[in-house]
Amino acid sequence: MHYVSPTTTDEAVRILSSAPGACRIVAGGTDLLVQMRSGMPEADTLLDIKRIGGLREIARDDGGWRIGAAVSGAELGEHAELVGEWPGVVEAVNLIGSTQIQGRATMAGNLCNASPAADSVPALVAANAVVRVVGPEGVRDVPVLDIPAGPGKTTLKRGEFVSSIYLPAKTGQSGDAYLRFIPRTEMDIAVVGCAVWLAFDAAGTCTEARVALGAVGPKVILAEEAARALVGTRIDEPALDALVAACSAAARPIADKRGTVAFRTHVAGVLARRAALIAKNRAGGAA
Amino acid sequence: MSRIHVTTTINGEAAEFLCDAGETLLDVLRDRLGLTGSKEGCGTGDCGACSVVLDGRLVCACLVLGAEAEGRTVGTIEGMTTGEALHPLQRKFLEHAALQCGICTPGFLVAAKALLERTPDPTEEEARYWLAGNLCRCTGYDKIIRAVLDAAAEMREAH
Repeated sequence: MHYVSPTTTDEAVRILSSAPGACRIVAGGTDLLVQMRSGMPEADTLLDIKRIGGLREIARDDGGWRIGAAVSGAELGEHAELVGEWPGVVEAVNLIGSTQIQGRATMAGNLCNASPAADSVPALVAANAVVRVVGPEGVRDVPVLDIPAGPGKTTLKRGEFVSSIYLPAKTGQSGDAYLRFIPRTEMDIAVVGCAVWLAFDAAGTCTEARVALGAVGPKVILAEEAARALVGTRIDEPALDALVAACSAAARPIADKRGTVAFRTHVAGVLARRAALIAKNRAGGAA
Repeated sequence: MSRIHVTTTINGEAAEFLCDAGETLLDVLRDRLGLTGSKEGCGTGDCGACSVVLDGRLVCACLVLGAEAEGRTVGTIEGMTTGEALHPLQRKFLEHAALQCGICTPGFLVAAKALLERTPDPTEEEARYWLAGNLCRCTGYDKIIRAVLDAAAEMREAH
């Protein structure tokens, strides 16, 4: 096994494309080192991206935020301006693990680990975040929704890795929220997760909505029917009822030790209602 | 396969070591540098017994590669005090009997010190959430939290 820590993305892509055997990216390492310890999957090269210029930065970019792939959850949580604009995304990241895990774990790693229960992914999908992928054929920008392919699998091609995630400019009256259900208050894996992003006009009518569900399918679900139930409304009771029904209908969960199909289907709707009300409140000014 | 030569700073002093690519910082500290204060409880980042501070961040040493320490600064339980006097947190852990077997104690102390450096006057809730990644299977957490809050009060008075 080899360890490399290149300082440029070009060098990283070259190593990733040409290194013999399996090459694994080390960002926070909080999933990778656990996997290595359990003996799977065998890595021949460990490529640490934390010394690549810019990958540990949170930077203004075209009104939004470009978040380097090696930025830790703790760094996101300490960035007051980012938290002010995308509280739901940052909350979702900060729910992952303990203080110690937050000191290392990254949003890009949470995405690329491709767990169906990843907390930050529904929040990123609701936020319409865009992933910057670098590879042998150059740079491409991909919607977050298109990165996970199923449990433990991504659509990244050989030689590619995520260099940053872009959160778009916050529009006037808009807000986001993420909630998850776990059987305790801390340090657990989502049984269901739900993120909602809402935008309103000056009269308090919802003009745009994005609703995403986690842990109720092989990958994150963008619940478009649920979003349609909210647009054109003031997020009143009938709209919330329609949201709940649409989220439960969109959920495609499995049953496992953490929750049954019926429970997860029900909770998807419950969390959507609560998250929508938080997002509405955060959008401010909305009646 | 050749080992990696790493130059780093541990508890304020220059240190260097050779390690394998997949070797954790925890294994390096314990097995190569003889700093056995950091404990291995789970090895998977769940228990916090291996808590150390890496470039000012509280982390689990079992989830850091030794090679990543190149050019960084590492703080371990061995650097908690200089000289003979105990750190107020260590003293308060003794006074409140906030330990039994002691395996989790170094991790709790390193984590609590990191908390108080950032939040000198934490609420009980803040202390409990901050320390949620440190597991103790002997005492329960009440005595530990009391010791941390008592140490915080004493440290504030000393300033």
